[in-house]
Amino acid sequence: MKLFGLGRWAKCPPYIVALFLLAVPVHAVQPDEMLADPVLEARAREISRDIRCPVCQGETIDDSSAPISRDLRLIIRERLVAGDSDDEVVDFIVDRFGEGVLFKPRAEGVNLVLWLAGPALLLAGIAVAVGAQRRRTVPEAPLSADEEARLQEILKK
Amino acid sequence: MIVELGHFALILALMVALVQATLPLWGAQRGDARLMALAGPAAGVQLVLIGISFAALTWAFVASDFSLAVVVSNSHTLKPMLYKVAGVWGNHEGSLLLWVLILAIYGAAVAWFGDNLPVRLKARVLSVQAMIGVAFMAFLLLTSNPFWRLVQPPLDGEDMNPLLQDPGLAFHPPFLYLGYVGLSMAFSFAVAALIEGRIDAAWGRWVRPWTLAAWVFLTIGIALGSWWAYYELGWGGFWFWDPVENASFMPWLLAGALLHSAVVVEKRESLKAWTILLAILAFGFSLIGTFIVRSGVITSVHAFANDPERGVFILMILGLFIGGALVLFALRAGAMEARGIFALVSRESALVANNILLSVAAFVVFIGTIWPLVGSMLLGRDLSVGEPFFNAAFTPFIVGLALILPPGAMLAWKRGDMGRSLRAVIPALVLALALGGLAFAMQTGRSALGPIGMMLGAWVILGALTDVWGKTGREGVSARLSRLGRLPRADWGKLSAHGGLGVTIIAVAAMNAWKVEDIRVVQVGESFPLGSYEVLLKDVHEVEGPNYTSTMGEMVVTKAGAEVAVLYPEKRFYPVAQMPTTEAAIDFGLMRDLYLVLGDPQNDGGWAVRSYIEPLANWLWGGALLMAFGGLLSLSDRRYRVAAGARKVPAGVPAE
Repeated sequence: MKLFGLGRWAKCPPYIVALFLLAVPVHAVQPDEMLADPVLEARAREISRDIRCPVCQGETIDDSSAPISRDLRLIIRERLVAGDSDDEVVDFIVDRFGEGVLFKPRAEGVNLVLWLAGPALLLAGIAVAVGAQRRRTVPEAPLSADEEARLQEILKK
Repeated sequence: MIVELGHFALILALMVALVQATLPLWGAQRGDARLMALAGPAAGVQLVLIGISFAALTWAFVASDFSLAVVVSNSHTLKPMLYKVAGVWGNHEGSLLLWVLILAIYGAAVAWFGDNLPVRLKARVLSVQAMIGVAFMAFLLLTSNPFWRLVQPPLDGEDMNPLLQDPGLAFHPPFLYLGYVGLSMAFSFAVAALIEGRIDAAWGRWVRPWTLAAWVFLTIGIALGSWWAYYELGWGGFWFWDPVENASFMPWLLAGALLHSAVVVEKRESLKAWTILLAILAFGFSLIGTFIVRSGVITSVHAFANDPERGVFILMILGLFIGGALVLFALRAGAMEARGIFALVSRESALVANNILLSVAAFVVFIGTIWPLVGSMLLGRDLSVGEPFFNAAFTPFIVGLALILPPGAMLAWKRGDMGRSLRAVIPALVLALALGGLAFAMQTGRSALGPIGMMLGAWVILGALTDVWGKTGREGVSARLSRLGRLPRADWGKLSAHGGLGVTIIAVAAMNAWKVEDIRVVQVGESFPLGSYEVLLKDVHEVEGPNYTSTMGEMVVTKAGAEVAVLYPEKRFYPVAQMPTTEAAIDFGLMRDLYLVLGDPQNDGGWAVRSYIEPLANWLWGGALLMAFGGLLSLSDRRYRVAAGARKVPAGVPAE
């Protein structure tokens, strides 16, 4: 397909290219792929929204017009009809295409860094803020005996 | 000749920037008034020179001077004038020239309108601003020169992609750049304050308008891009968590945090060090955004390898400025002693919470954006991060932000009364819960997202209204109403911006929860139900456009027998560019958009048709506009205007 030739894109700034790739006419989910059972079809859509098209950048197979995405969408539906659970379908695809197709990396191993970075920073932020706040509001030292005497003197005047 | 003048002017501007970056700084150190006085005129001259340079490039595009390489690759004689001009920044080189031009505009603005700045601070700010200018002009001239001539100019250009020739996209980059570069002001003020070794309430008041302006521009720029994606990309999505989008979103979040923390510096002389750090980080993320977009390193590691020169250069700029500023921060931040102390329950603390949540949200976006890069470069693994991750990992922080906003915004400075704040928002809470309940009862299906989004958005909006109402005192209704008119504009700005956030939350939740999608094959003359509507594919015919051919559907939408709209979705083909495009037909409405897309012809003579009901779609852009408008209102508040004119304004605004 000429559409995917890099020649035309090469001259555009990358951010435009990224938008272009999205802007290619929508050939995503086609009517002939869809399952008659609305519940199964909804599950299929749900799954395919989390799977990256293996040959595109940043596109789900749900949005992608690449032939392989269509194949993947059909495989998902096939597995669902065969009675697989959602997780089994995803495992099936990950086994064949690698974890790179998951738009939501599994929260295990090194990916925990990705998942826990936000909450960890939140806790650290709260700790620092509360600590700084405590330091700021340390009660002032009580008056020394001399100061106390002087104060009384002033008050008496 | 004109082009050479432009090229020459740019080189000259670099020289002027070099002078401006060094001598005034030296002067400020030595207390030499003459050297310091150099900064202002230098900034003006720089703007004029870069203006000439930009005008020359624009002329080359308008006159279709195909001896320039950039013009050849990005223009065509037959292109409409608007897009010839927009073509100036529709490419790498030209857009960087625009970047530098905007930088010079901000610099000159400080020089011209910064009369009330202390001479020393002003000289330092302008010097730091010029350093950024030097770096980017060197980048421009050494790696991305827009004035590069071709030995053998072709007869005509290679045109710009038809999809780009769109008004929404023509103005998207300038607004984004005004935002990105605007944050350089906050950065320059922060670095100047670090060099100075002190920062006070006045500093907060000088930094805030620049940050506010940058944030307003970013808001508009992001909204424009999102709107373009919505109507042009053909399935009604408005945000894709694409690295390039994230690149503009991170500075927006941090600028939002910064303009709140600068309030604390301005009013309470507290959070000084943190505000400085935030100013450095906000601009840092603008640079990271520029790096991501310009190097292509995230979208494709390959693109980076193809053009390492540019990527490495920006990385060097990034390391130099952010690294340098952070070192300076580490050395000097200790001197930024807070004057105002505050209790754990206080407006200051609420704003600290706002800052933590916004910064963490920005960090989540950041780590999600670079994680695939970390995966491929450090871990040797192919990893992807997309919308489902961000929905799960980013959203909670924004929900938290929305939850604390109404009571937090009403707490008193220094020492607040949580009970009083909470009592004041009880009506808002009850009403929001009722609205959420209503949404839950009315929706089909059992999604929690929609009702919770309604509730949260309503809570923020009603809380903002309660806040303004609470400022009118405790007398009778008529007295309070009359006082409403006398509230400072900053209060209205706060209402508009916070209300806009609430509206946006409602729209995002509604579009995610209640979007109706229908994909099917339709024969001409056949109709199908779409929600409570009935859609008839009346006709499909070929139409000849100026530079494309189009297959146009005629679709009639009815509701209970009454015609709602006739829509004409198209599939276009541009023969010159060999590009097919999809033009969705949209019936815009207050409560919903009807969004129809014509797909491919089918073997049985029917057409694939996609139809969507996008609930509250226009609220999304409305919310963004309200936020931007709130920023503008706040920017026009009396205390900035007074401060700009009078020199004897007492430093610092008394706490409320």
